[in-house]
Amino acid sequence: MFDLTGLSALVTGASGGIGGAIAKALHAHGATVVISGTRQAPLDELAASLGERVHIATANLSDRAAVDGLLQTAEGQTGGIDILVNNAGITRDGLFMRMKDEDWDQVIEVNLTSGFRLTRAALKGMMKRRFGRIIGITSVVGVTGNAGQGNYAAAKAGMIGMTKALAQEVATRNITANCVAPGFIETAMTDALNEKQREAALAQVPAGRLGTGEEIAAACVYLASREAAYVTGQTLHVNGGMAMI
Amino acid sequence: MSDVAERVKKIVIEHLGVDAEKVTLEASFIEDLGADSLDTVELVMAFEEEFGVEIPDDAAETILTVGDAVKFLEKATG
Repeated sequence: MFDLTGLSALVTGASGGIGGAIAKALHAHGATVVISGTRQAPLDELAASLGERVHIATANLSDRAAVDGLLQTAEGQTGGIDILVNNAGITRDGLFMRMKDEDWDQVIEVNLTSGFRLTRAALKGMMKRRFGRIIGITSVVGVTGNAGQGNYAAAKAGMIGMTKALAQEVATRNITANCVAPGFIETAMTDALNEKQREAALAQVPAGRLGTGEEIAAACVYLASREAAYVTGQTLHVNGGMAMI
Repeated sequence: MSDVAERVKKIVIEHLGVDAEKVTLEASFIEDLGADSLDTVELVMAFEEEFGVEIPDDAAETILTVGDAVKFLEKATG
């Protein structure tokens, strides 16, 4: 239904489960994709599986110079980024009273600030071309909070607020800014849970199962599409009913 | 018109899609040329790129007309 042919997308955190699924889905719908991440091997593997219309741009998003370089590289590879998916994220969980400044700083830097800087850089070309799709991968915990994730919840909530402000600024230029908020998704992170933790997590999900990276990716395809031009400043929750907000 | 003025004019015409005769030194970007606040930010960035200068925010706020831009850029590059 959605045709992204002729559009170019940059997906950060594409060496991870959800990012990889997003890159695959955008690519399957016709987009040229630049896949970015810190780990070369999974990116090479993903690129090989996609074949044509794919570029690799490794970058460590905790390094500001690398963030600036990433957008330049991606624009050079494709001629211009039309769809930016700020997906890269890290966790440094810990109870509030014991949380170290560096755990706070790192999570804010990678999960929020890098997205701000990439978006600011990408807007220049989008404004000129009068088209753009900014998609932030936030999290259900950015809205509900979660014990042990003060830093992560702050960064994810920050992304939602940032997206709403940006959406208002650039709406007249046919640029939309939205978030997708995953709930519990099958990734390496949730694979690490033991049976008991898994059961406890699932008890909160009416759908009774974990979501998949493909289900997050489908939401991104929609928001990236030309058909979603009138949807902006929104957060699309993909969480099996875990939180209805 | 000076060389700077010609280059400024070209950028304004290109960016705002207005007729050349409307782009006089007295023309206000917002009042006369139909620019919105985003257009003015884009124009400032285009001037910075074209002339290789940095236009600080407080200076940018004083650039309201084509003539203001020409004056600033002549000073900055001269």
